[in-house]
Amino acid sequence: MIAYLIRRILYAIPILIGVNLLTFSLFFMVNTADDMARMQLGMKRVTPEAIEKWKQQHGYDKPLLLNLHASGGKVLTDTIFFQKSARMFAFDFGMSNDGRNIAREIQTRMLPSLAIALPTFLAGLFVYITFALMLTLFRATVLDMLGVALCVLLMSVSSLFYIIGGQFLVSKLWHWVPISGYAEGMDSFKFILLPVLIGVIGSVGSSSRWYRTIFLEEIGREYVRTARAKGLSELHVLFRHILKNAMIPILTGVVVVIPLLFMGSLLTESFFGIPGLGSYTIDAINAQDFGVVHAMVFLGSVLYIAGLVLTDISYTIVDPRVRLQ
Amino acid sequence: MPVILWTDAMIYLLLATGFAAALWIRKRPHLVLPWKRVADSSTGMVSLLFFSLFLLVGLLDSMHFRPALPEKIDGQQVYSAEVLSLFDVLASDMKSRSEKTYSAPLAAYLYAKESMETRDGTIIRDYPRLHHGGAHLADPASELQEDVLKRAATGAAAGGLAGVFLIGLAVGLFHVFARIRPRMPGSPSGHETRAADWKAAWTGCMQRKSVRALMLTVLLLSLALGMICNLAAAYHVLGTDKVGQDVLYLALKSIRTGLVIGTVTTLVMLPFALLLGIAAGYFRGWVDDLIQYLYTVLSSIPGVLLIAAAVLMMQVYIEMHPEWFETSAARADLRLLFLCLILGVTSWTGLCRLIRGETLKLRELEFIQAAQAFGVSSFRILTRHILPNVMHIILIAVVMDFSSLVLAEAVLSYVGVGVDPTTMSFGTLINSARLEMGREPMVWWTLAAAFGFMLVLVLAANLFADVVRDAFDPRLNQD
Amino acid sequence: MKSGTVSNPLHSSSGDFTQDLGGQPILHVEDLVTQLRNGARIVDAVSFCIQRGETFALLGESGCGKSMTALSLMRLLPDGIRMAKGGARLEGNDVLALPEHAMRKVRGGRMAMIFQEPGLSLNPVMTVGEQIAEVLKLHSDLRGAEISRHSIELLEQVGISDAPRRAGEYPFQLSGGMKQRVMIAMALAGQPKLLIADEPTTALDVTIQAQVLELLRDIQHETGMAVLLITHDLGVVAQMAHQVGVMYAGQIIEQASRRQLFAQPLHPYTQKLFAALPNAERVGQPLAAIPGNVPPLSAAPLSACRFAPRCEKSWGLCREQAPEWTVLENGQGVRCHLYTSKAEGVQAGPADVLLSAVHGVAQAKEGKQETTALLQVDRLQVHFPIRQGILQRAVGYVKAVDGVSMTIPAGRTLALVGESGCGKTTVGKALLQLIPPTAGSVRFAGQELVGADARRLQEMRAGMQMIFQDPYASLNPKMRIAEILQEGMDALSIARNAGERQSRIDELLVQVGLDQASKWRYPHEFSGGQRQRIAIARVLAVNPALLICDEPTSALDVSVQAQILNLLKSLQDTLGLSYLFITHNLAVVEYLAHEVYVMYLGRIVERGPAKEVLHFPRHPYTRALLSAVPKIDGEGMKSVRLPGEMPSPSRPPEGCHFHARCEHAMPECSEAYPAEAIVGPEHSVHCHLFRK
Repeated sequence: MIAYLIRRILYAIPILIGVNLLTFSLFFMVNTADDMARMQLGMKRVTPEAIEKWKQQHGYDKPLLLNLHASGGKVLTDTIFFQKSARMFAFDFGMSNDGRNIAREIQTRMLPSLAIALPTFLAGLFVYITFALMLTLFRATVLDMLGVALCVLLMSVSSLFYIIGGQFLVSKLWHWVPISGYAEGMDSFKFILLPVLIGVIGSVGSSSRWYRTIFLEEIGREYVRTARAKGLSELHVLFRHILKNAMIPILTGVVVVIPLLFMGSLLTESFFGIPGLGSYTIDAINAQDFGVVHAMVFLGSVLYIAGLVLTDISYTIVDPRVRLQ
Repeated sequence: MPVILWTDAMIYLLLATGFAAALWIRKRPHLVLPWKRVADSSTGMVSLLFFSLFLLVGLLDSMHFRPALPEKIDGQQVYSAEVLSLFDVLASDMKSRSEKTYSAPLAAYLYAKESMETRDGTIIRDYPRLHHGGAHLADPASELQEDVLKRAATGAAAGGLAGVFLIGLAVGLFHVFARIRPRMPGSPSGHETRAADWKAAWTGCMQRKSVRALMLTVLLLSLALGMICNLAAAYHVLGTDKVGQDVLYLALKSIRTGLVIGTVTTLVMLPFALLLGIAAGYFRGWVDDLIQYLYTVLSSIPGVLLIAAAVLMMQVYIEMHPEWFETSAARADLRLLFLCLILGVTSWTGLCRLIRGETLKLRELEFIQAAQAFGVSSFRILTRHILPNVMHIILIAVVMDFSSLVLAEAVLSYVGVGVDPTTMSFGTLINSARLEMGREPMVWWTLAAAFGFMLVLVLAANLFADVVRDAFDPRLNQD
Repeated sequence: MKSGTVSNPLHSSSGDFTQDLGGQPILHVEDLVTQLRNGARIVDAVSFCIQRGETFALLGESGCGKSMTALSLMRLLPDGIRMAKGGARLEGNDVLALPEHAMRKVRGGRMAMIFQEPGLSLNPVMTVGEQIAEVLKLHSDLRGAEISRHSIELLEQVGISDAPRRAGEYPFQLSGGMKQRVMIAMALAGQPKLLIADEPTTALDVTIQAQVLELLRDIQHETGMAVLLITHDLGVVAQMAHQVGVMYAGQIIEQASRRQLFAQPLHPYTQKLFAALPNAERVGQPLAAIPGNVPPLSAAPLSACRFAPRCEKSWGLCREQAPEWTVLENGQGVRCHLYTSKAEGVQAGPADVLLSAVHGVAQAKEGKQETTALLQVDRLQVHFPIRQGILQRAVGYVKAVDGVSMTIPAGRTLALVGESGCGKTTVGKALLQLIPPTAGSVRFAGQELVGADARRLQEMRAGMQMIFQDPYASLNPKMRIAEILQEGMDALSIARNAGERQSRIDELLVQVGLDQASKWRYPHEFSGGQRQRIAIARVLAVNPALLICDEPTSALDVSVQAQILNLLKSLQDTLGLSYLFITHNLAVVEYLAHEVYVMYLGRIVERGPAKEVLHFPRHPYTRALLSAVPKIDGEGMKSVRLPGEMPSPSRPPEGCHFHARCEHAMPECSEAYPAEAIVGPEHSVHCHLFRK
């Protein structure tokens, strides 16, 4: 098991190199280093000398991927790609276009993101699983049918509608909570409430339906029949037998997103004016700040791979077949 | 002069593929079987009807041309720089009758007060009359309600008549069809005498629950459509937007974008997912390692970010080469196509993984081993044995992905990495209307129109997808 | 646990229970009807009685409604199937009329059930102890530590050694046989008056089946509980049952005591079931196959005898009127028109059936000796690496096939026999080069196949083909029959043009007994037996000389199995085919094979002419294997019980692989693998007992 985990973690390195290579080639496919310099120096009337100087200063005077003039290992290392990527692995993301340190910015913005994303995640998990269990309990009845119909309806509504509608109803019409904004400490509660609520409602349809499918899949298995043949009540079968087995497929889909909670949600944060990583990303996209986008891509990949490893670890908790082999 | 935009070509290609597939399936009873189950489902048929209406609008909107300008230069015909579609021509009334700015649905007055000079020269601030909406009324304050009701009623009556005619036509066609192919399953006629044929065809149709539901829906829909058409002739049924364009027109134009995103994206990703998924599952070994590496890399990048990065790059690229595009429509269209490509590239991983898993299962099955024992080549095994047996997964994925892609477009356009701002889409509609939320009283109709249309489209797609998924469930084919 | 020779306890105890404790039955089922939503009756007016200490066997082929009968009694029917009417009195009170909460007390308490697949029927994420404790909490007054103590006692009672440790283990850590023991322990925890056993041994190997059946008998003997045994296997019935009900298409068509039934089956269907069993006495004669297939459960109720379409003795009345239940003087009941009009058909015993079944097909060319070896296999090895660690280095090998040699002459049948996991299927696939052998040589018609290049291999492919076990997985569901048959011809360029191909396809379909029109249809329109015929036609298309048949009949019902065996036999006679018959079913071996190779853990432990190996087995494993097969005559049987289960081929025991389970094990057995010892002309074993 440990050896397996080590292998998984080692596997992350080529993946991250691949991610970097992809983002890099995406960028440099259309932009040359000269373009970048010109953009940074203010587009108009830039002398070639100024461009060269800028490139030298910022380390863009080297070849992109392969340095054929160098020798030995330097063929690979003495390139823009290596120089810029290697820094990434040390979480040194450089400066954004407006001259701030990206790494520090990420640090300060992580917390507000998490303040929204974590409660949404936990409350969502609880609501969806409860709802799905209820549907499963009443399977093949009118109640189940209506529940599923409601799910399909809810998942057909755009997430933008939930946000706009929620803001309009709760904040503007009823004046329960402020429409947007963020504060530190206890004050944050009133700012967090609405985004969390909307976040949970936003995916109640698709998630509950997914969990219901998993539960129904389990309920058709033969060990369930055995459990019933013992004389156990339907609720006991559902909670003690089915839920425990269903944890395996559930964890597969759920654990992987936990680290990604740090990244925040693009939509929610920008609508509610929360100074998290999501709105940071959106601002960067709108400002066409490649440095920030690149940093977020890298961070996202690292967190995703961490999620995969976490998933593997979580299996050992719920599945004895993984734990004991 | 006809213009075939890139996405138009893709849509035609898709349509041709669908048509060819239908012909292919028709001859093969085991492939027809699941579709019969779809046809037997009321939900399936009704959602399909709604979906086809959207598709019809989308198709009409995909036949583009550039109108000839009246004057000629050197005897050469000159074409307008504006690209129109067949739909634009059909809805030219709606398109051309623009107002100054916002107006509410079915209103006769503008939404904002303006200073106007009356005939006697005094200047007053009041809501001005609309140029087109309700322009025929002498005194909207007293006549509007009555006129709207009257128009709605006549429209509904006409629509109802058209609906009845349509149903009659459909039954007639079914009857003729059943006579040409008397042994077609599901047709009760064929042995009865001619006189009884019509009645038999009718009762035969009505025996099926799905057909009854379908006909009821056709009837209701034609009532509603008749009403809307009649009203749209004199009013802005869904109001107008900031620059006075008819919102109904905008919403209808947005349908095409939604359809393109929903279908072309899948078309783009299918070859990747299919080829790589099957190859990884069948050949295993280093091929599998490589492909798995590829999709882990792609799926480890958060989707929106990858799309954002790619769209940003594409924007720069397009800006750097303005000379490529003859018309702004072509430019916006290319951006739409690129968006589909990028969405496709980022979303193939899920399907690829699914197909790989299924192929891994299939390759252990005995009929594959039997083929291997005959020395059948890998290529033939892949195309004859594995491909047909993963087709149902692909079909289900395609219909399931459609709705999520339509929804994703709205979000992406909002984030600013979606379609070109000049392309009409649900996302751009919402984006433009969002800022007006703060107004008192609220400008709600643009949002309502966008969300409403999107809901109907996505709901129809979701319901249809469910029916298709259930019908293609391999467990149903076991016996 | 050492094996020993034990006599069948049935005969000492069985009779007494039924007679002594008559009177009040434990279970009395009356006129039970279970329907699908569309009204089709899948269990139709089933009535029977089970006394204390008695085993009532419901015998029938797949889809006859026997499992649904059991689930109706437990009230655990799947969604979409409901009980329509009838009564089932368990010790006097009707369980079918109980409210659900009271029924829960009965389930697992007075009435317990065990299922066919022990591997799937236990909850994979709960320990064995927990699963037993659940029952105790529900159905006993025990609490706290007493519960776990009693769980362990129960595990000991069902013969699980080291029970305290096993109680803390998860199902995946147990072997198939042990899982079924755990299921039995779970059932016993509620001290049931009635145990319903639904095909309890079908998923197990014969030696394990023998262990489990013996356990069930012992427990019944101790506790006096009644058992409702559901099975398709006449051998199991012969060993276990006191009373037998034969089910067909939802109805009990015959009911009798075991002795009566085996002495004189009345219903034509029952007679056919007996006659369809392959065994040594019928070598050279075609088996009495029942034409057609078991009708599907959902078929609507008919106003006719349900067996009439497949019955040789049916006449007009059978198709017009459903026969009434008739009880003969000796207490035997039957549902057949032959007996409603007073006993004119009673004389039709099994012997009679046998005679009428012989259609006069050519006798097998017995004793004909072919000297040319068609296939010669020498020290074939197939090893799969076990990879572990960070770098996935191979740390060991699963020796699935470890030095197998065999020779198959032209026109002969060689049977490769062994329990699941012994590597017999891997041998078959390695011969065809579907799995690359690790070492050894396979020479087909003088040509070496191991390491041959693709082109040479392709030439040989036509000569050697394979028929697979699962007829549902061996045909591509998306191809027409014609396309399936054509595939091999195309790949090996057998026919010159399209016309020739089509006429060959027609010819093949007729040859395997199918309609020519079926070539335009798809596999899902055919039943299991018909699909197996198609699979045979597919390989015949390329004119092979050797067919490797991998358990070709194990997924089929007995009556259909006979059809396929007859077909294979007649094909051998007419085309001179050689067969390598891979199977665990020794009865089939006896009927079909000329030579038998017995395989244990990747190696051949005994080989020789079929008659000698099956009737004078030498190797202790062969002897145990043979004695584990339930004999249908059932009387006065002695058995060599084989303890334990086959070890994993990744860690075979030192010395002789079998010594840990062998009753004759000697010190040298754990030291060295025995060399081949010749015990007769062409008969040899690998056993230290026969060193000289």
